[in-house]
Amino acid sequence: MATTEKMTLNMGPQHPSTHGVLRLVLELDGEVITKITPDIGYLHRGVEKLSEHRTYHQVLPLTDRLDYLAPMHNNLGYILTVEKLLDIQVPERAQTIRIIMAELTRLESHLVWLATHALDIGAMTVFLYAFREREVIMETYELISGARMTSNFFRAGGLSQDVPPEFEKKVRDFIDAMPGNLDQYEGLLTTNPIWLKRTIGNGVITAEDAIDIGITGPALRGSGVDWDLRRDNPYSGYENYQFQVPVGEKCDTFDRYKVRLVEMREACKIVTQALDRLKPGPVLADCPQVCYPPKENVYNSIEGLIHHFKIASEGYPVPEGEVYQGVENPKGELGFYIVSDGSSKPYRMRIRPPSFVNLQAIEKMAKGAMIADLVAVIGTLDVVLGEIDR
Amino acid sequence: MAENNRAVVKLKEKFASSIVEVVEFRGEVTVTIKKEDLLAVLAFLKQALQFNLLTDVTAIDYLGKREERFMMVYLLYSIPNKDRLRIKAAVSEAECHIESATQVWAAANWLEREVYDLFGITFDNHPDLRRILMTPDWEGYPLRKDYPLQGPDREPYKGRLS
Repeated sequence: MATTEKMTLNMGPQHPSTHGVLRLVLELDGEVITKITPDIGYLHRGVEKLSEHRTYHQVLPLTDRLDYLAPMHNNLGYILTVEKLLDIQVPERAQTIRIIMAELTRLESHLVWLATHALDIGAMTVFLYAFREREVIMETYELISGARMTSNFFRAGGLSQDVPPEFEKKVRDFIDAMPGNLDQYEGLLTTNPIWLKRTIGNGVITAEDAIDIGITGPALRGSGVDWDLRRDNPYSGYENYQFQVPVGEKCDTFDRYKVRLVEMREACKIVTQALDRLKPGPVLADCPQVCYPPKENVYNSIEGLIHHFKIASEGYPVPEGEVYQGVENPKGELGFYIVSDGSSKPYRMRIRPPSFVNLQAIEKMAKGAMIADLVAVIGTLDVVLGEIDR
Repeated sequence: MAENNRAVVKLKEKFASSIVEVVEFRGEVTVTIKKEDLLAVLAFLKQALQFNLLTDVTAIDYLGKREERFMMVYLLYSIPNKDRLRIKAAVSEAECHIESATQVWAAANWLEREVYDLFGITFDNHPDLRRILMTPDWEGYPLRKDYPLQGPDREPYKGRLS
């Protein structure tokens, strides 16, 4: 009589779908997964601890390294929290540019998700196409901030500088072409029998379970929960924009794929609306205690130089209190919780990382699935380990 | 005003003796409660007031600043009501443990493991309380204020020598 034996298998961190820093200890019955124990922490950099030893301004470069596929979003979440503590208002032009960059970042993040998710499942053409479009967004980053990924473009009170004149045309050309590109991706995947067989009915998690385990963002909307922070707790003026929040029905990998593709189309609509309302004006609040002086003042006057030096070396004091601000990151709700003791450094800064909480659901989503389907489940959660391990 | 907040009104009706402090800052309401009543308050907020999403769990180390060293922080959100609430409970260093919120939300599992890993606060009745970011044999709790920034057994950073 044949006997079966359970096997334990380490998937990752070397497996391409596990991003080099995620290890999943699988218990297998044949090829069926009976238990998953994720092992994270390979990348832990101690960002929260480091933040307690830096001024509010010096913390900013740490934030865009958390989720390196959505650096501007991370900057935005942090900056909004600091602005909430400081209680300062941001000029309208800066708000509008923030929204343009946030939505371009959403597109960028979703493009990398689509590319790698499709590649994990075996579709390489989409990978090449999506990276072609992502390159344009990288060029836009470089155009406005000088860096392709770690942008550091936002500042408490506005932006580090205004965008150059060619920015608007470059973004508009890109956004006008995106719907056609999205049709191209969908043409390759949405009716592809292999894609459908690998995604439909795979990684199912009900709305109730998803909320209980704390999933947010497109993964939650894929389970049919109509909730988006941009619409439900608006920030940066999102309440002035028209866009749809897509939701899924079957709570599976295919629904999450469709939700993200519709989100990309909606992001294009938001960027177009923002470009239409972009008017000349200041990009930094009139708040000399917090905002750096214009560069011409720093170079040409001793007062400007002292002003710049004082903020750079001492930082700015922030009123005592505690605030939380969540933003709709491409992965879900990214939140910053800052406790201020009235000094120029955060007493405690907690980052609420969407990928960390979302990954917690992997056991529920993949238990009982075949081992090959686990690759699709990892991809559909769109995790970035830099954000998980911090 | 915090006194008019829907959740605060209900909590004052039902858990008047458990509430230590109610604070509003920048439009955000924080309710500090006694740690022994934490689970009952969280369960009530979820079931009766529809705070169905546990956004985050974290802790603060008030070393030398307050009598009870740690403060547990629970960030709650109600998807139906689009409402946020922050619940806090003080934990002393001598009795460094608190009831696990996993009994109310599954989301608390990894979040509490992280607090345990980095602050050393233990959670009673947690289903799988192990370190999550640090290695199992790691000594000390890195997010405590008395844990050195450079790590143990290392000289403090003195800046670049060049």
